[in-house]
Amino acid sequence: MVELSAPDAQAPSREADSPRDSLVVRFGPDRPLKLDAGVELSPFQVAYKTYGALNADRSNAVLICHALTGDQHAASENPVTRKPGWWETLVGPGKPIDTERYFVICPNVIGACLGTSGPASINAKTGQPWGLEFPVITIRDMVRAQAMLLDELQIDSLFAVAGGSMGGMQVLQWAASYPQRVYAALPIACSTRHSAQNIAFHEVGRQAVMADPEWRGGRYLVEGTNPRRGLAVARMGAHITYLSDAALHRKFGRKFQDRESVTFSFDADFEVESYLRHQGSTFVDRFDANSYLYLTRAMDYFDLAADYSGAVANAFKGAETRFCVVSFTSDWLFPTSDSRAIVHALNAAGARVSFAEIVTDKGHDAFLLEEPELFAIVRGFLEGAARSRGLAPASSAPASSAPARK
Amino acid sequence: MLSRLKRDLTMAEAARAPGGARLDLLMIADMVERGAKVLDVGCGDGELLRLLAERRDVDGRGIELSREGVNEGVAKGLAVIQGDADTDLADYPDDAFDYVILSQTLQATRQPRVVLEHMLRIGRHAVVSFPNFGHWKIRLQVGLGGHMPRTDNLPYDWWDSPNIHFCTIKDFRQLCMVSGAKMERAVALNAWGTPLRLNAPWWFWNLFGEQAVFLLSRGR
Repeated sequence: MVELSAPDAQAPSREADSPRDSLVVRFGPDRPLKLDAGVELSPFQVAYKTYGALNADRSNAVLICHALTGDQHAASENPVTRKPGWWETLVGPGKPIDTERYFVICPNVIGACLGTSGPASINAKTGQPWGLEFPVITIRDMVRAQAMLLDELQIDSLFAVAGGSMGGMQVLQWAASYPQRVYAALPIACSTRHSAQNIAFHEVGRQAVMADPEWRGGRYLVEGTNPRRGLAVARMGAHITYLSDAALHRKFGRKFQDRESVTFSFDADFEVESYLRHQGSTFVDRFDANSYLYLTRAMDYFDLAADYSGAVANAFKGAETRFCVVSFTSDWLFPTSDSRAIVHALNAAGARVSFAEIVTDKGHDAFLLEEPELFAIVRGFLEGAARSRGLAPASSAPASSAPARK
Repeated sequence: MLSRLKRDLTMAEAARAPGGARLDLLMIADMVERGAKVLDVGCGDGELLRLLAERRDVDGRGIELSREGVNEGVAKGLAVIQGDADTDLADYPDDAFDYVILSQTLQATRQPRVVLEHMLRIGRHAVVSFPNFGHWKIRLQVGLGGHMPRTDNLPYDWWDSPNIHFCTIKDFRQLCMVSGAKMERAVALNAWGTPLRLNAPWWFWNLFGEQAVFLLSRGR
């Protein structure tokens, strides 16, 4: 049994159309989003957050791409969970991605549920939530929507694009789709294509959601149900893949949860069980089940080589962008070999690339955690890039107001 | 000839004073054209790459085996990747660089000939610096002392040394010959890091040069 906290089935859908504490750009029928699926999404909207100030020549913008279950609240309290921003370790005043020096933009991706159009949003044509009527989207579609947001903000070129996991996929897609607009790219703990193992894990998660009778063929928002148990199980399974055997052993071992010995029942005897149940139940309070299906699908479909006649190197041919690829030793979801493949492709394309592997037992999630070596590398890489682009240091950066807010 | 040596010496001395840069690295920097695209194989913590960026304005990249070295280099803003000279050079396309540099690393590779041939495939030029195993002090330690040599430059005991393929200047010239590498320039440095007389015969270099720096290009 999955213990669930206070049910609030409508929370994601409200956030999906009018996100709290976010900026929103609405793209009308005149500016549709052309999707890889061969259809157009219109109208649609993109919710985002900004931190810091854009400089006078609009050259200090850093785009942060969030991961599968992330959102635009990278460096400030999340209004839904009341928790700190998911990348506050790395982004903020004086942090490696220094908001006193850079203008940070973090959009919610297409298909998500925190204010950018996705399956939980209202379909303007029907007045009902999209549900499975929402077109299947890809990483490239996410990046296209982000590019339209930047057009709207009149930012022609990004100083840097950074992200981990699915965010890292977006970084790679940015560098491939818009090489002229990306000066520096930081793909962390990611890959140029989703592996069979990762697709398999995603499929288990999706099947868990769809097996929940409350999913109702994806129409739960209309029918007033919520596939909480299915989504919680999906999250529990996925969460294991974000950690590592060593980290689980270090944190939990075989410790019992509030008891001295096994109870010969299916209670959460072990701390690790209790922890996973908690992860599952808190997740469903902030995330839409259909969004989970769409975003995992987008990751599954990601394969840069397939889009560039079989060779990733073609995607980066002639790239002027400087790259910094980072992986973690205990990440078995996006292992170092995946990052090394990115590096090989970039080398083959003659691109300027740095690559660091960080020793940690924290698994894939390490990119979100306190990792001093990651901080030093991100800081050093961005500082080197800023020097060569002639960006002023933090102290003397001329601060203009943020661009037009819609 | 003497004036040239004097100039080299003054340049080296003057350069060492403020920055504290190693003389063999300065010698390498001297062989690299300004603004060139350079790959430093076995770049350590990136000292040479920094020197090259500062003095020769090069577009530099590095490969380093040790993770600490790599992460230190990346944190300094250098384009360094973690990799192995023996296995990873094969992934680079032909003519990707103007210079491929192997500084004090040749003796630690498993297949020096393969590495050198890759260097000359990837780069128009190769620069190789290495400790000369033919130096008289080393000959003395092996020949009379009867043990594997230990010097300030080569402080390891034989059982924990990363250096598995030592060679002399004479040996290296032979490798250049069999690999079809053309020797553009060569310098031997004495124990104090200063260049030996340029017109000295090879046997003299091989005996009194503690280190050697070769600038090579593709022959034939």
